[in-house]
Amino acid sequence: MNTSESEEDSYNERTALVASEIPSMPSYQDQPQPEDMEHKRQRPVAPEQAAEPRSQVRGGVEREPVSQDDEEELTLKYGAKHVIMLFVPVTLCMVVVVATIKSVSFYTEKNGQQLIYTPFTEDTDTVGERLLNSVLNTIIMISVIVFMTIVLVVLYKYRCYKFIHGWLILSSLMLLFWFSFMYLGEVFKTYNVAMDYPTVAMIIWNFGAVGMVCIHWKGPLQLQQAYLIVISALMALVFIKYLPEWSAWVILGAISIYDLVAVLSPKGPLRMLVETAQERNEPIFPALIYSSAMIWMVGMANPSRNAERASQDTDEDADQGESDALARDGLEPATQVSSGINRSYTTEDDLDEEDRGVKLGLGDFIFYSVLVGKAAATGGDWNTTLACFVAILIGLCLTLLLLAIFKKALPALPISITFGLVFYFSTDNLVRPFMDNLAAHQFYI
Amino acid sequence: MTASVFFGCTFIAFGPAISLFLFTIARDPLRVIFLIAGAFFWLCSLLLSSLVWFITVQISNKESSSQQKGLLIFGVVLSVLLQETFRFGYYKLLKKANEGLLMLSAEETMPISIQQLAYVSGLGFGFMSGAFSVVNILADSVGPGTIGIHGDSQHYFLSSAFMTMAIVLLHMFWGVVFFDACEKRLWWSLAVVVSSHLLVSCLTFQNPQYVGSLVPTYVIMFLMGLWAFFCAGGSLRNLKFCLTCKDKDFLLAHHRPR
Repeated sequence: MNTSESEEDSYNERTALVASEIPSMPSYQDQPQPEDMEHKRQRPVAPEQAAEPRSQVRGGVEREPVSQDDEEELTLKYGAKHVIMLFVPVTLCMVVVVATIKSVSFYTEKNGQQLIYTPFTEDTDTVGERLLNSVLNTIIMISVIVFMTIVLVVLYKYRCYKFIHGWLILSSLMLLFWFSFMYLGEVFKTYNVAMDYPTVAMIIWNFGAVGMVCIHWKGPLQLQQAYLIVISALMALVFIKYLPEWSAWVILGAISIYDLVAVLSPKGPLRMLVETAQERNEPIFPALIYSSAMIWMVGMANPSRNAERASQDTDEDADQGESDALARDGLEPATQVSSGINRSYTTEDDLDEEDRGVKLGLGDFIFYSVLVGKAAATGGDWNTTLACFVAILIGLCLTLLLLAIFKKALPALPISITFGLVFYFSTDNLVRPFMDNLAAHQFYI
Repeated sequence: MTASVFFGCTFIAFGPAISLFLFTIARDPLRVIFLIAGAFFWLCSLLLSSLVWFITVQISNKESSSQQKGLLIFGVVLSVLLQETFRFGYYKLLKKANEGLLMLSAEETMPISIQQLAYVSGLGFGFMSGAFSVVNILADSVGPGTIGIHGDSQHYFLSSAFMTMAIVLLHMFWGVVFFDACEKRLWWSLAVVVSSHLLVSCLTFQNPQYVGSLVPTYVIMFLMGLWAFFCAGGSLRNLKFCLTCKDKDFLLAHHRPR
């Protein structure tokens, strides 16, 4: 079997899914966004912070007796907690990708195979031609993504939920089984571990089956988070391997610009998607969005707290809570927000705070990891990798800060990727020779 | 070489810093954020100084090694000055942010005090500075090789690790003293901090005569540590209470009801 073909087929599917999801979900909503679920998979997602500020505003209004300053202090600490709740998984994903890139050489070997979405080769004679080819590759990739998003919006508008759901399941099947099998194989090759097929079959079967259950149905929160991080890392590794050098950088830049446009412009497909979802007020599919707190109300792995909430809620609140819970897209505080805040004066502050979490789309994870992984892959300089890592974290922090200030949907990619790209190129070309010279003479600054 | 040298040097270089992080910073999300922001500011200062150095190298005579060394020394001095400038800039930014928050919240106390910010930002600067200085060296120490086979010093890795530890801790002390000096408008203290940083960097020009660079650096580190301790409000009395577990304020603040 021709490996490249099968990989490309599976990749097609994944990129098909990726494409549809890539346009970031614009907004935030503190109302459920059903469709977002489909997207979320691998995609840069706009942070949807809204629920948090809204809830705080609501909380403020309802908690008249509580002073405004406590509110502000709570806001700052609460906001900081959310930022850290995102820093940790993003860091973990990047660490997995960088560790793999540095140890398993498979992901940095280029053997001429490319995705069908980037058909132009970069083995050209002149620099100009190479640049042209990478720009063309980017244009093709981005147009595929736009097309897929529009298809998704149309599907969603005409309520073809089963189709979307099936697509999503197929895609995660591919990732959890095929790509992790490949990854395991390469790790064994790198460390020269002797292994037999029955053992591998059992390992992959268990890993994949538990992953499907955790991601698409119910499971312990931390296991679900771990699986989401792992699949983001796997996807990022595939991008790093199969995207040609210059195309990867141009695509990263173009995706951030597209994210910005799709989220902030009134006619963006994502915005339309979100508005449709809001109109319908529908519950959503199990999403491939990283969530840092318990959000389901019904039948969760940790029912105690939520059962208590459910019993205290009115029917209306419960429905709202459930749909809120299921609505995760981009960056959002956990669902319970609305139901929690409605009863804010009766519940303790820390209960509210603990129940809220943050959500970030997997696409963001993937593109951040692609950037850092590429920094680690090319050149082998750790300073560049560190600089990109810090730049991305600061970008994420700034994005969250802007969200708190503007209280409207903002995309998660642009600021981080811009910082990341700036720091990558400047560290690689300016700082590296400086630091190398200093290290050679053992001068310290 | 290999694993033992790698782990040994890593723990020497980053041990104190990581334990400080784990025990005092990791629990509080606000401090972590300011730590990373401090690291970012240091990175920006490095970027700027590398840019200037790069430009000067491009327009200079690349053949003459003495000129290159001279340019490198210029680069080091410039980098130190820029780092301190960015530290000052970070201080200004934090003050503004603090004031803004204070205005908004109308509360008397801040969620994080300026002294904590000084400590955290100093450590952030230190982490980044140490990491950039030593990570590549640590990565090389894992692989096969012989140190100093061409006649260079055999203690390259070890001295780098010790120097890095000193630099990390020094940045933390400098941060505390710097912010304190800015708060109290003691420009003399500021000048001493900047000149001690310059001194430490210039001492490294003597490498590989490590005696000339490491020993004074450690002396400076201890002195700065003492100064930072007194700036942060420590005193012999406090120290005594702390060591004999009689510090009532601390005990009350950390008392957990059963």
